Amino acid sequence: MADQIHSTKLQDKIERNVFLMLIATALLLTVGGLVEIVPLFYLDETMEHNQHKEVLWQRPDGQTVNDWQAGEGVRPYTPLEIVGRDIYVREGCYTCHSQMIRPFRDEKERYGHYSLASESMYDHPFQWGSKRTGPDLARVGGKYSDDWHYRHLRAPRDVVPESVMPNYPWLEKNAIDAERVTKTMEAMRMLGTPYTDADIASVAEQVKGKNELHAIVDYLQVLGTMVKFDETKDYR
Amino acid sequence: MQASLEQKYNFDIVKWFTVASVIYLVVGTLIGVYIAAELAWPALNLDIAEISFGRLRPLHTNAVIFAFGGCALMATSYYSVQRTCGVRVWSDKLAWFTFIGWNLIIVSAVITLPLGLTQGKEYAELEWPIDIAIAVVWLAYGLNFVMTLATRKTSHIYVSNWFFLSMIIMITYLHVVNSLAIPVSLFKSYSVYSGVQDAMIQWWYGHNAVGFYLTAGFLGIMYYFVPKQANRPVFSYRLSVIHFWALTFGYVWLGAHHLQYTALPDWTGSLGAAVSLAMIIPSWGGAVNGMMTLSGAWDKLRTDYVMRFLIVSLAFYAMSTFEGPVMSAKTVNALSHYTDWTVGHVHSGALGWVAMVAAGALYHMIMKLWRTEMYSAKLVNLHFWLATVGAVIYIIAMWVSGIMQGLMWRDYDEFGTLTYTFAESVAAMHPYYAMRAVGGLIYWTGGAVMLYNTIMTIRQATAARSASPAAATA
Repeated sequence: MADQIHSTKLQDKIERNVFLMLIATALLLTVGGLVEIVPLFYLDETMEHNQHKEVLWQRPDGQTVNDWQAGEGVRPYTPLEIVGRDIYVREGCYTCHSQMIRPFRDEKERYGHYSLASESMYDHPFQWGSKRTGPDLARVGGKYSDDWHYRHLRAPRDVVPESVMPNYPWLEKNAIDAERVTKTMEAMRMLGTPYTDADIASVAEQVKGKNELHAIVDYLQVLGTMVKFDETKDYR
Repeated sequence: MQASLEQKYNFDIVKWFTVASVIYLVVGTLIGVYIAAELAWPALNLDIAEISFGRLRPLHTNAVIFAFGGCALMATSYYSVQRTCGVRVWSDKLAWFTFIGWNLIIVSAVITLPLGLTQGKEYAELEWPIDIAIAVVWLAYGLNFVMTLATRKTSHIYVSNWFFLSMIIMITYLHVVNSLAIPVSLFKSYSVYSGVQDAMIQWWYGHNAVGFYLTAGFLGIMYYFVPKQANRPVFSYRLSVIHFWALTFGYVWLGAHHLQYTALPDWTGSLGAAVSLAMIIPSWGGAVNGMMTLSGAWDKLRTDYVMRFLIVSLAFYAMSTFEGPVMSAKTVNALSHYTDWTVGHVHSGALGWVAMVAAGALYHMIMKLWRTEMYSAKLVNLHFWLATVGAVIYIIAMWVSGIMQGLMWRDYDEFGTLTYTFAESVAAMHPYYAMRAVGGLIYWTGGAVMLYNTIMTIRQATAARSASPAAATA
């Protein structure tokens, strides 16, 4: 008969007591998350710079993030780049563009060297994305000129006729609020990004006379250019 | 009998959530149709920041998941927890607090997301003050639900409530952990996590929002409303026990399969994929359990349009819970990741499973709550066919475009160079993006028919009651 009860004594007990069920369920639900997330915070192999020191920028004494040269290693974003990154997040660029190159032959040819975990270590939040309605941007830095980017952001179809990207005519009309950038960098420092006082003090000078279009292009131009890769090395 | 039920239970809260849910179904899918059209015809962005794709897409996902899905879950869970426990909801005040609070959160999402106020994490875009409000309202809802269970008149807790309970606990974990952020102003905050750790936490959140909110919660709906509508007991009690514990334990592990071949360590992605494959067993167990409940009464599908929604939703559930593990396998994922296939997969779950099972349950409740038949059974059937056809067109468009994208991106010519530029793959998507927008529009029309039918049913019932007050209490 359908009304035959198959439950074990334990199941029967749990079904009769809501608090027992609450605790049993709550405990069971934690296991997967704990196993997959917690080790990422302490296993050294997770971040490539633990094995390959050169991946990270070794800041010479007295230098600010603005003094860094391309290829010297992963560093915190400059004031203008971090504004650009905020705009990238605000406009939801991550809904159509990924920033995570996978270790495949075609992706290497199309986008460049596969992405490292260390390359996004200062990204709060990460912007790896999940969809490529447009191309991956992890190494877009340096591929096009600043002028190309300005034209492309104002009206993408002027330079790429097939594009389905929206126009962003409002970016160059928006000024940058230096005070807010300072607050952002201070928040990042609180979260562990190694900004120096001199980095933060450089905000006003760095963003002076710039608008949002300059900022987002500055951000795009640094993407993927921080690390100089050695093709003979396996970073993972 | 009915009148005493209405005094015994709080049906008013259920009514409000029910109507809200139907409205949000129409609104949320309309935004979806618009952004689908923006991808096919980018001129529709109109150079207006607030309606550009990148800002409206989070509004679409938040509207369908939290506004439509949330109201459907609260309506059905408040309804079924009272009926299966034989008691009124523990606190009427808390119930109204959840209704008002949840809707204020939805309003604030509608205002802030188009303004570009976002934390930039998929499906968790809302800024920190709204996140705090969500936590408060969700805990109030959870407390009310648990306390209603605690004060029940029945000896055992019915199976639908296990699933709702599991959802309530997991969503609390996910929301609190994933949303931790440092505010710099009232409308801007930054995630405390960065890079690879943030990615794992985000997809642990993202996949379990699907797993517990859109799956466990809606399975709670299935376990109450399928047997009720079929007027038969659940096919197998034993299967539901296995289904519940396996899903509760296993689903949590799946998030890592969103990050195959990324900078996430290989062991994590592989672990996620392995458990994903194993999840076919509980998922199909649940789907079979729901479908076989109709065993011996299959003829109902011919006459009972509400039953059609419920059974077809289970077919979609079985289909997408098979597709999911396939896509999490590394070889398939290498092709499918970053493509429209993922979008198609999500929508076979969302349009086919979540919204169809919810529609079935909402129709069932509307008839019970207002003590009437639907204004038009034919319109229910019309909604059913519009939803089914719309969903199938949508999914097929995304399968074709997704697999095509994957193949075009990795294609080589005889000289060993990439055959297609990225822009060529974008151009090739146009017909499928147009087809997707059409499928979505058909699906939306079904929702609009439901809204019309619901309004007419309620008007009719209210008019009938005021015309003969004696009959109403008889």
